[in-house]
Amino acid sequence: MTAVEIAAAVRSGQRSARSVVDEHLDAIAGGDAGIHAFNLVAAAQARARADEIDGAVAAGSDPGPLAGVPVALKDNLCTRGLATTCSSRILEGWAPPYDATVVEQLHNAGAVVVGKTNMDEFAMGSSTENSAFGPTRNPCDTSRVPGGSSGGSAAAVAAGFAPVALGSDTGGSIRQPAALCGVVGVKPTYGLVSRYGLVAFASSLDQIGPFTTTVADAAAVLDVIGGPDARDSTSISEPQPPVSDTLADGVDGLRVGVLAELSGNGIAPDVAARLKAAVGALESAGARVAEASVPAAVFGLSAYYLIAPAEASSNLARYDGVRYGLRVDGPSTPDMNTATRSAGFGDEVKRRIMIGTYALSAGYYDAYYGKAQKVRTLIIDDFASVWERFDLLVSPTSPTTAFPLGERTADPMAMYMSDVCTVPVNLTGQAAMSVPYGVGDDGLPVGVQIMAPALGEPVMFRAAAVLEASL
Amino acid sequence: MRFGMGQQRITRAECAHVAALARLELTDEELDRFTGQLDELLDHVAEVEALDLEALPPTMHALPIANLLRPDTPGEVLDRGEVLAQAPFAEEGQFRVPPVLGEAP
Repeated sequence: MTAVEIAAAVRSGQRSARSVVDEHLDAIAGGDAGIHAFNLVAAAQARARADEIDGAVAAGSDPGPLAGVPVALKDNLCTRGLATTCSSRILEGWAPPYDATVVEQLHNAGAVVVGKTNMDEFAMGSSTENSAFGPTRNPCDTSRVPGGSSGGSAAAVAAGFAPVALGSDTGGSIRQPAALCGVVGVKPTYGLVSRYGLVAFASSLDQIGPFTTTVADAAAVLDVIGGPDARDSTSISEPQPPVSDTLADGVDGLRVGVLAELSGNGIAPDVAARLKAAVGALESAGARVAEASVPAAVFGLSAYYLIAPAEASSNLARYDGVRYGLRVDGPSTPDMNTATRSAGFGDEVKRRIMIGTYALSAGYYDAYYGKAQKVRTLIIDDFASVWERFDLLVSPTSPTTAFPLGERTADPMAMYMSDVCTVPVNLTGQAAMSVPYGVGDDGLPVGVQIMAPALGEPVMFRAAAVLEASL
Repeated sequence: MRFGMGQQRITRAECAHVAALARLELTDEELDRFTGQLDELLDHVAEVEALDLEALPPTMHALPIANLLRPDTPGEVLDRGEVLAQAPFAEEGQFRVPPVLGEAP
């Protein structure tokens, strides 16, 4: 059952939230040993919450638009009293003293949190292999990675452990795993969804969004978690129209650009073929399609891999053994700080902290960080001129289908290249999503990325619904 | 340690200095490996060196947003006991750390 179907059945009393939650907890208990989507399963809490919702329905009150819907949360979203690790040893055992805004919103909409999902440590990675607790496997083929960094969330939805999961997307960490696992994944416009309670990686790029099996489910979740939040100073202060309302409006007359710089060089032929099929489907539905060019998009990866580590090196300074989780003692506080960080962070996190520290250090700031910020301007300007002629852009979400576990772990640059199609949109703050669109030569899922200008979610979802219906 | 044709962009010593700034202690093996990997990344990002960016302002934030201010009134805050209960060491309502300066008493 989809999330929309579950909520309708629970609200009308046709089905108990408890039976829905039990069914999903059973699926997790029976199947997650071979996938490792979850770092923590909150079974008792989920059952108690489901009973509460059934009680509300019995008493004649409406538990909300996501009544009884099981939700998995990426383990970088703060949950009060429930361990939140970011898949890092440095936070092992820490339980936040508050809930993230999105967690409150889901709760108030009647959703049921079933657990916390595995991820690349502090969301740094593209395969969920950089987890201190071991990798997640792709439910479509367990010898392959699920993508990352929100690989646990993508896998949980693909495996049927939960119809909805939340992830975070700093450079593609929702869209790329969604593509590799064959589910829908949305990176909303920067500022649409509150980041309060999301453990910060790169604050000017991070955004929370949903994983679902259908476009309508993603719309339903986005309508719950989007909106202003006084606790996030970067939150967009005007409420936005619900995405669900216009889902069926089609694409007739919309101007769709195939983003040349992200759709040609380096894209596997079977992935390119699926994009071509998707473009055909949009055309058949009445969209006017042409090639679009954002020349500066090719520099996205370079700008991203300076800006994101720079922000991360600052954000991760707070893990010093004083306030949270791990402490490795030393004779002085600086010694203790160094011992804790050296033992608590994994290789990729150390690498990114070092890149960021270097890019921000005296003598190199202008050459690296300053330059990357100007490239960011260039990319924003290039996109702005394309939006004068197009309503939406499309490209592949990932250059390839899911790759084998271990293939890129020894070669960080090869891993970073997995993000080439997704990072530009984080730099510009625009909306984007990945929609599953068939399989490649290896039988593994291919995702098509739809991009929209800031706050273009309603139009973006219309195109996603057309693609979904055309399969 | 890079085997390409280009100049080395970051040395092992610079890498060690950066690690120290970031409060990370690396083993010799880590330092060798990270130096090569950071050098490879810096070599890749050097592709932007050819761009003429002089006239462009830097972007700190993708969307135009203004500072948000809240009314200066007392509100709900986190419970101190609950927060300190999550710290590695706490004492008398405060985080406890080893000596910050000088010798231990």
